[in-house]
Amino acid sequence: MNYGVNEQGYYGDFGGAYIPEMLYPNVEELRQQYLSIINDADFKAEFDQLLRDYVGRPSPLYHAKRYSERYGANIFFKREDLNHTGSHKINNAIGQILLAIRLGKKRIIAETGAGQHGVATATVCALKGIECVVYMGEIDMARQAPNVSRMKMLGAKVIPATSGSKTLKDATNEALRDWIGNPVDTHYIIGSAVGPYPYPDMVARFQSIISLEAKKQLKEQTGKELPEYVMACVGGGSNAIGMFYHFLDDETVKLIAVEAAGKGVNSGHSAATTALGREGVLHGSRTLLMQTDDGQVVEPYSISAGLDYPGIGPQHAFLHKAKRAQYVSVTDDEALQAGLLCSQLEGIIPAIETAHALAQLEKMKFKPDDNVVICISGRGDKDLDTYIKYFGY
Amino acid sequence: MNRLNNLFNTKKDNLLSIYYTAGYPEIDTTLDIAEALEKAGADFLEIGFPYSDPVADGPIIQHSSEKSLENGMTLHLLFEQLKDLRKRVSIPVMLMGYFNPVIQYGVERFCKKAAEVGVDGIIVPDLPIYEYETLYASTFKDNNLSNIFMVTPQTSEERIRKIDELSNSFIYLLSSSTITGANLQMTNNIEDYYKRIKAMHLKNPTIFGFGIKDNATFKNACQYANGAIVGTAFVKLLGEDDYLEKIPGFVKSIRPISNA
Repeated sequence: MNYGVNEQGYYGDFGGAYIPEMLYPNVEELRQQYLSIINDADFKAEFDQLLRDYVGRPSPLYHAKRYSERYGANIFFKREDLNHTGSHKINNAIGQILLAIRLGKKRIIAETGAGQHGVATATVCALKGIECVVYMGEIDMARQAPNVSRMKMLGAKVIPATSGSKTLKDATNEALRDWIGNPVDTHYIIGSAVGPYPYPDMVARFQSIISLEAKKQLKEQTGKELPEYVMACVGGGSNAIGMFYHFLDDETVKLIAVEAAGKGVNSGHSAATTALGREGVLHGSRTLLMQTDDGQVVEPYSISAGLDYPGIGPQHAFLHKAKRAQYVSVTDDEALQAGLLCSQLEGIIPAIETAHALAQLEKMKFKPDDNVVICISGRGDKDLDTYIKYFGY
Repeated sequence: MNRLNNLFNTKKDNLLSIYYTAGYPEIDTTLDIAEALEKAGADFLEIGFPYSDPVADGPIIQHSSEKSLENGMTLHLLFEQLKDLRKRVSIPVMLMGYFNPVIQYGVERFCKKAAEVGVDGIIVPDLPIYEYETLYASTFKDNNLSNIFMVTPQTSEERIRKIDELSNSFIYLLSSSTITGANLQMTNNIEDYYKRIKAMHLKNPTIFGFGIKDNATFKNACQYANGAIVGTAFVKLLGEDDYLEKIPGFVKSIRPISNA
């Protein structure tokens, strides 16, 4: 694979494992074992079975007719919103819990932004009877309250992150601190394609099921091997990397990643990392990062808690630099309007994260025969309050 | 040879290093604190430069970093403040902080500037061995700066040997695998770890850090290592009124004159 990770954990200049020594043994254990575990026949059988019978995979590839009419192309929705727990996050959570069990871990920690990854992690911990602690920014706990209740109902302990911007970045810091203090019995299930190597690669592999299925489904429905466009929203970038994965080496496929511009890329309230970031190190990897001239991480902003992150996964940083994928951004307003449009044209209320990808359709110029696959990464139930407040329903 | 090497050549036991965050609690007392610590008897110093996301630090040092950033501390300003370092302080000084601010400043520029103001060593907890060795070791060496590595109770013997080989001043032993400021329980495991390290007869001196907060924890650490580092307990003191005047008493409470 041309855009995959090398043996040192790098994608071009990005990636690596920039971690304090206290985390080294945990991360090294993973690095040494993750490939042999996930390539093991037993693991594969259990992973596939759970994805099928528990998650409900394969998720449908839905030819969205009214969207296709509106945008003058064949628009296909990859329905990750129909997964158990309501988003693509469950794919990775299932993979990592099976891995953690094989590593002999007794306790799981996770960070969460929108709460989708927290819910997915709490779910798989309930499924396997393992203790679960989820760190969540205090601000996110308020704006994604239903997910906090869901995690608690699933038996997880939710700990507010009260430092810094009190969002996803800070929840990640707290989870890393927990892991430093519990190096032997605890596995940290990172939810996005970020973190020290091997996390970005591991998460990408677990999420790659999205593009594996989509490729096959598109062939069945259109007879075509490849679509012209593949689109997804990107915060840290897990649904996007999963949606891109099996298309990366098909250079004719245009990959479009949509970041959150917040109130506008240059408004000072944005999370558009590729537009605003420079190379730096955060949460264990060298990547693009929103920061001051002095190297302090800038507090990002997006109405979408799941995209409200100042960095981006190192593989995305590489795809951006190598110009293999195009990184664009849409504002809060554009995303919310797109969320409403999707609800009323297709009867699907998308997560606000997903609505960012949908909003980009308004800015695209397609040819009538173009096949466009867009990842519907999550459903919008958790965002009803935000939608309701915005539209006044 | 730098001041750190000279120190370890002349003094082998009960060495005391103190960590503090530059720019906390006030923006312009960096050198006043350093001078007071030297007068109070500290053998060497770690001056922290703040970062917005200090993942290896507990609440007290996190708070000091946040406050320092609010006060306007930057690497640029810190090097300005350290211009007079060697007029006022003669003991070895290290700079400690996370890697991202150093990358933005420029690793080479950072090392040059550090050497220029009279800094002897650098501690960057999230700069990994592989990257240090392949990308930056020669820059550190050219500027006569020691890079200090950390070892935890979970670090393998093989890796400790590798760290010993790459080090040229001392090895920073974390007394437990935890963020800064946690309470150190003197369990059998830690006792075993102390002994295991001592039995390895490393070529570099060893200094214990994390969890050292009073004379008892200091003395215990010094049974097995050449000295110890106090961080959180001192940063806590800096949060009090009249902190400069309390420094001599604090240093004495860690290491009374009798075992200096």
